[in-house]
Amino acid sequence: MRLEGVALACIRGGREVFAGLEFSVGGGEALLVTGRNGAGKSTLLRLVAGLVRPAGGRLSLSDGDPERSIAEQAHYLGHLDALKPSLTVGENLRFWMRYLASAKPAEGAEYTALAAVGLGALTELPAAYLSAGQRRRLSIARLLAVKRPIWLLDEPTSALDRDAQDMLADLMRAHLSGGGIIAAATHGPIGLDRARELQLGAIRPGIRPGTPP
Amino acid sequence: MALIDLANPSRFLALAERLLPYLIGLTVFALAAGLYLASGAPDDYQQGATVKIMFIHVPSAWLSMLVWGVMSVAALGTLVWRHPLADVAAKAAAPIGAAFTLICLVTGSLWGRPMWGTYWVWDARLTSVLVLFLMYLGVIALWRTVDDPSRAGRAAAILTLVGAINIPIIKWSVDWWNTLHQPASVVKLGGPAIHPTILVPLLTMAVAFALLFFTLHVAAMRNEILRRRVRSLMLLKAQIAPGSEA
Amino acid sequence: MNALAAIFMRDIRLAVRVGGGGGIGVLFFLIVVVLMPFAIGPDMALLGRIGPAILWLGALLASLLTLERLFAADHEDGSLDLILMSDTPLELAVAAKALAHWLTTGLPLVIAVPLLGLFMNLDGHASAAVALTLLAGTPALTFIGLIGAALSVALRRGGLLLAVLVLPLTIPVLVFGVSASNAAIVGPLPFGTPFTILCALTLTSVVIGIFAAAAALRHGME
Repeated sequence: MRLEGVALACIRGGREVFAGLEFSVGGGEALLVTGRNGAGKSTLLRLVAGLVRPAGGRLSLSDGDPERSIAEQAHYLGHLDALKPSLTVGENLRFWMRYLASAKPAEGAEYTALAAVGLGALTELPAAYLSAGQRRRLSIARLLAVKRPIWLLDEPTSALDRDAQDMLADLMRAHLSGGGIIAAATHGPIGLDRARELQLGAIRPGIRPGTPP
Repeated sequence: MALIDLANPSRFLALAERLLPYLIGLTVFALAAGLYLASGAPDDYQQGATVKIMFIHVPSAWLSMLVWGVMSVAALGTLVWRHPLADVAAKAAAPIGAAFTLICLVTGSLWGRPMWGTYWVWDARLTSVLVLFLMYLGVIALWRTVDDPSRAGRAAAILTLVGAINIPIIKWSVDWWNTLHQPASVVKLGGPAIHPTILVPLLTMAVAFALLFFTLHVAAMRNEILRRRVRSLMLLKAQIAPGSEA
Repeated sequence: MNALAAIFMRDIRLAVRVGGGGGIGVLFFLIVVVLMPFAIGPDMALLGRIGPAILWLGALLASLLTLERLFAADHEDGSLDLILMSDTPLELAVAAKALAHWLTTGLPLVIAVPLLGLFMNLDGHASAAVALTLLAGTPALTFIGLIGAALSVALRRGGLLLAVLVLPLTIPVLVFGVSASNAAIVGPLPFGTPFTILCALTLTSVVIGIFAAAAALRHGME
């Protein structure tokens, strides 16, 4: 499986955010998208997620499911947590499992995912009582509960404490060793040692984007 | 036990548990006495036995206004004196006041139907009670909308006090509106002349209703305190779980 | 199908837990209806004649104001992003949400009509006629309002924009709804004529509303 972008350009609010962008990331590989604020890290992820239309260029996924779009084979973990405070933790996760999965999830499957992120004891608690870090964990549980090959993570370690960051790093490594793809926008290291870097907004002669640092 | 001890929710709960059986018994007795006396009162020569609805209608009107008064005092307690149980008292009183207002409206409608031919006319007094009912529903809606109990309490307190000032103004304008359009010969929902055979049952029912309010209010306050405890426990549960940053 | 059932049940659950299951909509309906006689005067005969119109206007405003949150809530917490990334077509998801909204907002308004008819001096027969026309017409209000709700989320403007956009589109529904009610109460037009047109308007608005709202949401995501 290989996710590739060729000559991607994007315009938001009349401003050209990036142009001529190229990247390539294969199964089992991770791409770290770095750059200063406003360079277009989030925009690139949202573009791959199908939430933003490119002004030019092409995205392609080889060896994926030909019946489905790239967005339908990707998870997007943005700044917002997509949870409803008046539903319980379990109800929130179960909703996304039913909505995003292609087959009906097994009864009680949400408990495994919640336990893996440390929220196993809080299944019946209304999500309004969760802290910011716990909400993030619930979002991460969504990635575990519904199997999709591509993970698009926008600053995934923000709001996470030390333990949670280690947990996320383990989960990411497991996903990669299963042949999955990760594209993460980040300011600093997130615990993946062998990742390619795509630096946005910088013009450095002699460096082609998408090469290992 | 001094009055100040009632400010402690746990002590209030203990006191409420002890008092409630007596309050319930007293209320039942007073209601029974009131209804017995009311059934013994004479029929009106014009309206017949339906005039007896008055014995429920009038006291519930009094109570509907009294409860807003209680809520207003509780509102001052929240805003001015910062009494810890003031917003609990206000929140518990609102649905009871709304219920009394509703009883007043329904009994008024049933009382008037034989005279009016319809279940509702835009009579000045009934309309004022209807507006009061809507204001009760508004306060209840406000309580339900804001999650944090103390913020909800302050917001509801402000609304209650604004309402307390506005209610006389609304009543006056409804009366004025009614006289603008009033044809000369409309039958008004006036009470009959206050005769001792009417007065005693009426006052007994009023006292019974007041006791009913007091009993329900104490029970509702107890429930609200328990509800807040559940909420605190849930917050605690989230705080001791991983990732809570606590 | 499982996904659609999931979003439908979720929206119903949210409406019941947060809004008291349409309670605030009915309360608003009640207040609007009570407000009218203060402006018009307590002349029961007059109120009886314009009662159907007042009830229709109240239901229209109550439907509209509750629609504002339909997509805004999902947009604000990031749920809309994820909904777009599912293989369930957005049109069907929008339809499921609209159906849940009608059941928790429009239907309670219809149920409240017999009570509110009392305030307007409408007898049982008249109230039933108004209730029936509202039953046929409130889905149209929901599905037309859907378009405004989707546009105002995408454009990031709130409340009044939605009303300004949607109210003109609801005029045909209002016209035939009130006309059908009056036809049932006083005639001379037979009830069937405006009522069938009302039903046709509802069916058309279901289709147009779903596609227009989905398109607005997609284009507004940029």
